[in-house]
Amino acid sequence: MSDTAVSHDFSKLPHLIARHPQDPGSLIMILQEIQREYRYLPCEALKATAEALNVPLSKVFSVATFYNAFSLVPKGKRVVRICTGTACHIRGAALIQDQIENHLGIKAGQTTSDMEFSIEVVACVGACAMAPVVLVNDKYHGGVKVNTAKKILKDG
Amino acid sequence: MCIANPQELTERHKEYAARAERFPKKVIVCCGTGCIANGAKGIVDAFQKHLADRNIKDFTVEAVVETGCHGFCEQGPLVVIEPHGTFYTHVKPKDVASIVDKTIVSGELLEPLLFRDPVTEQKIERYQDVNFFAYQHRIALRNLGKIAANDIREYIAVEGYQALAKVLTTLSPEQVIDEIIKSGLRGRGGGGFPAGKKWRTCRDVRSDFHYVICNGDEGDPGAFMDRSIMEGDPHSVLEGMMICAYAIGAKQGYIYVRDEYPLAVVHLQKAIDDCMANGILGDNILGTGFSFHIRINRGAGAFVCGESSALMRSVAGEVGEPRAKYIRSVVKGLHDQPTVLNNVETFANVPIIMHKGADWYRSIGCANNSGTKAFSLVGKVRNTGLIEVAMGTTLRTIIYKIGGGIIDGRPFKAVQTGGPSGGCLPEAMLDLPVDFDSLTKAGSMMGSGGMIVMDDKTCMVDVARYFLSFLVSESCGKCVPCREGLYQLHELTLKICSGEGTEADLEKMEKLSRSVIVGSLCGLGKSGPNPFLSTINYFRDEYLAHIREKRCPAGVCKSLITYTVIEEKCTGCVACITACAYNAITGDRKKPHFIHQDKCEKCGACVAVCKPNAIEVK
Repeated sequence: MSDTAVSHDFSKLPHLIARHPQDPGSLIMILQEIQREYRYLPCEALKATAEALNVPLSKVFSVATFYNAFSLVPKGKRVVRICTGTACHIRGAALIQDQIENHLGIKAGQTTSDMEFSIEVVACVGACAMAPVVLVNDKYHGGVKVNTAKKILKDG
Repeated sequence: MCIANPQELTERHKEYAARAERFPKKVIVCCGTGCIANGAKGIVDAFQKHLADRNIKDFTVEAVVETGCHGFCEQGPLVVIEPHGTFYTHVKPKDVASIVDKTIVSGELLEPLLFRDPVTEQKIERYQDVNFFAYQHRIALRNLGKIAANDIREYIAVEGYQALAKVLTTLSPEQVIDEIIKSGLRGRGGGGFPAGKKWRTCRDVRSDFHYVICNGDEGDPGAFMDRSIMEGDPHSVLEGMMICAYAIGAKQGYIYVRDEYPLAVVHLQKAIDDCMANGILGDNILGTGFSFHIRINRGAGAFVCGESSALMRSVAGEVGEPRAKYIRSVVKGLHDQPTVLNNVETFANVPIIMHKGADWYRSIGCANNSGTKAFSLVGKVRNTGLIEVAMGTTLRTIIYKIGGGIIDGRPFKAVQTGGPSGGCLPEAMLDLPVDFDSLTKAGSMMGSGGMIVMDDKTCMVDVARYFLSFLVSESCGKCVPCREGLYQLHELTLKICSGEGTEADLEKMEKLSRSVIVGSLCGLGKSGPNPFLSTINYFRDEYLAHIREKRCPAGVCKSLITYTVIEEKCTGCVACITACAYNAITGDRKKPHFIHQDKCEKCGACVAVCKPNAIEVK
């Protein structure tokens, strides 16, 4: 899905940017706010940030593409994050990932065409004692089993 | 309400401590991330509602305390009823009414909620009698599960900020550094560099600005100690940073918190705000003239930012690429100024060392490794969770006494420590004392404290492949040996996992590993080949099984395994047929089923639903 197909209200942008000190040190924090608001970093937002902080757009782009938390493409309404930390890996995270990918018909890093779900794999969410763990948006699901993996997508 | 001077702080402490003594009855609900995921907030609500309705003497709504992580996350939600220490696990909101009626009002135990020891199978009544806790020695985690994380009064009640007051009023910065050096405290983030020495070097650099940074970018997969401390006892981290700031002459501090830890950010911010409001942080702290400010920076998901120079660039809002270390960050760090960077656990140890003294701290642990270390004990162990033990405790004690042994009584195969840069230790090393030096000597490392236990169903080649794939995706790409070398190592492990590896590949990998270690710029690359080197060192046979026999002994590598039905065990229940998404299983009810190898995708769905364990993977 292309960037232009999603219509956004960019009137909030100046406000999001102005919440932080207007110096290059705030770049990451501002991008985080934008990512939270739009669930990705729209091109317009990168340009506005570069202008406000008086840094080259190329620098904003390099930061936006370096860190895993940022995305330049829109994410689905529900982001399914499969933890593949060591503890989860040992307890079968890869099999859980297979199940979820198969069920949604997309691979990790992709979004369903109806913009409902995105799948991401994350290195570790720090809930290792409940491995294997899957997050649906901010909700943690621990002790996920191969045969129950699909169910958590319904619960939200 | 501002605390104007250290005397007032002592008075506050007395007041809060006396209040805690007057009301010893408490319902402690663990509200760490694990327990919250299991529904702890619902338990808190239910207790508040029931206690408000019932009007029980000395047991009011205020007796309900939301604490940080107890560490025993797999058993959550956890509830402890004080003063007796009655310990309930897997509590559900519907249990709350009977806990109030029976345990709180009439002192009866609710048998089904008690913890059952996985080894003796006996029910255990009290918190302190559970083996998981009994063998621990908690210093950095001292307040976790004891005090409310979000209430500065509770921290002050347990003598919080007394060490800061003592330092500010009675010691010179030099004396503070002397005390930390004497305590032998080594950085808990991985390298184990003596904290006091680092502080001294930083202090000795002449500059108008010195900085303190707390590294809360706990990037090692499989570790969550720092998360639990930041969430459950944020004040001890702040106090440690303030003492460090006084010692090195810093006025500004930063806490760099991983993007994946939103609750830690909330609790730290609340702690900072409370300190500012009480005159414990900001300008003229406790009326002593010392000023210090702390700001939180959120990471954005990059493992390499755990490396000091990369982290400092990230704090400055830039791409987190490390730089060469011929000038150390303690001399030229954030904004090119002298900077002390310690991790969360290190700072959490500082207040209690200053409070109880270096001699006390040195009396715990072993030679050259004083104090304790927190670990996240996870993987194929029965009691998983967050633990803290004295340095020098053996792996066997940790895995078998605290951890209760391996799940399902399976054989132990290896324990992985030190995160992606660490290594795997085999059964023969179980009596190794766990400290910085012994682990390094054994070919692994302490790292930040992840301890992942593996059983015979874990493939060591796959583990090496897993860590290498992690490092390949997290390498920042700046230097060639790390970017290309780790990539090639990963490709070769993939080749072995698919059964196409040769013994010449192993030689190639060993040679390449040496080049990557020598040539890489920062710690990520320098220790990057470790997952391969330690597994090939201790588990060469397993590599050879993949290469010579085209066999994965643990039954993990998909190209080398098959799923088959053991006819004698199969009851013909059709559960697997229903579960298989690829229609690869056929058969009639009450007759042994059959797996068609040409259709089987080896997803494991059939094994998960097969009650009589009639599906063999090999």
